[in-house]
Amino acid sequence: MIQPDITAAAGLEALEPAQRRALAQKLLALADDELILAHRNSEWCGHAPILEEDIAFANLAQDELGHAVLWYTLLQQLDGEDPDHLVYFRRANAFRNVRLVELPNGDWAFSILRQYLFDCYELYLLQALSSSTLEPVSHVAAKMRREELYHLRHTTAWVQRLGLGTDESRRRMQAALNALWPYTAQLFAPLQDEGLLVDAAIVPAPTMLSEGWKDHVIPFLIESGLSVPADIAPEAAPDGRDVHTEHLSALIEELQSVARSDPDASW
Amino acid sequence: MMTELSDMSLDENTIWRALESVTDPEIPVVSVVEMGIVRAVNVESDAVHVTITPTFAGCPALHVMRAEIAETIRNLGVDDVTVETTLHPPWSSDWITDEARAKLKAFGLAPPPRHQGNIPITFYEAVACPYCDSKNTIVKNTFGPTLCRAIYTCENCRQPFEQFKPI
Repeated sequence: MIQPDITAAAGLEALEPAQRRALAQKLLALADDELILAHRNSEWCGHAPILEEDIAFANLAQDELGHAVLWYTLLQQLDGEDPDHLVYFRRANAFRNVRLVELPNGDWAFSILRQYLFDCYELYLLQALSSSTLEPVSHVAAKMRREELYHLRHTTAWVQRLGLGTDESRRRMQAALNALWPYTAQLFAPLQDEGLLVDAAIVPAPTMLSEGWKDHVIPFLIESGLSVPADIAPEAAPDGRDVHTEHLSALIEELQSVARSDPDASW
Repeated sequence: MMTELSDMSLDENTIWRALESVTDPEIPVVSVVEMGIVRAVNVESDAVHVTITPTFAGCPALHVMRAEIAETIRNLGVDDVTVETTLHPPWSSDWITDEARAKLKAFGLAPPPRHQGNIPITFYEAVACPYCDSKNTIVKNTFGPTLCRAIYTCENCRQPFEQFKPI
């Protein structure tokens, strides 16, 4: 992975130690979400149902990977972690992505709906992060937000088309929604000590994000002919980002296989 | 022959002019200056510092452009060259100059409309065919062979073409 040589991030050195730790954790979570989703997207390359979508998913993968690099680079400026090491030599159980993005691609309906649900979350997140009090965070978010608009435009059109399409397309979309919905709660689960960042207006409150997301997503899914599953009860709060499905380790093994085959190679 | 820097009276304008020869490898008809990728050039005694910004965050051509920018300036006899990347303000296709828009069109790439930061989520603007100027075109794919392009077909002259996406 080639990292951009981003202008030294002003403002990071002024953080309190506890804030630094909380921010490092947050940046790792943001970066890992992008990386793992990018990898899943890349698996469609050569296999998508139509050529246009083959191209689209390759683009989505490249965009999300670009965004992962931006977050990993910011993390490196904060605590010196080498992005290449984090990506290629970390064990699967040390990844901090949400389980939503590591689930296997399933059918086309599953992948496009997952992408829609994540894109919409990301757009709300990036909108809020664009006004972060921490300048390096707001700059990265503002950059990514413009690109994410294209993702949401694309996935919105597909969810509508498939939801209102044939009986078969609607059946598949509904099955995908039923399977994906329980995983979305984790997107809005606060990390340990994330409150320190919320208090300093560095990141938005997860509850605020969750409300904006639901107000956007639920009416749209209904308009698209789908029925939204009941919310998960608060007592069933999701496990943390240190808990993964059985699918992550196989993904990581593939992602790291080339780098691990010759760790000293220079690329 | 290497000319002494002081003899060349190397100023910022000289650097800007030299950078007009560096092109985006994915769009070889326009320069990094015309694209708005080069944001600043600073000359301090015998050091040159250039600031660039990526069009798209995941653009694989950025590293090539950065290396070519440094090489071009070194060829002017400057040893101390740094090329730094900034994300702020985020690159906008509005920064592409009128001359570059004409070149993009001649290259078969429909130039992006100027949007002043207002890109709606669901609305697709009518895009004129770069070959026959008809607006009777249909979008085939909002993603294309590079991150910055979308694919269209012209219903008038039947020519498929690509558009540089407004961003």
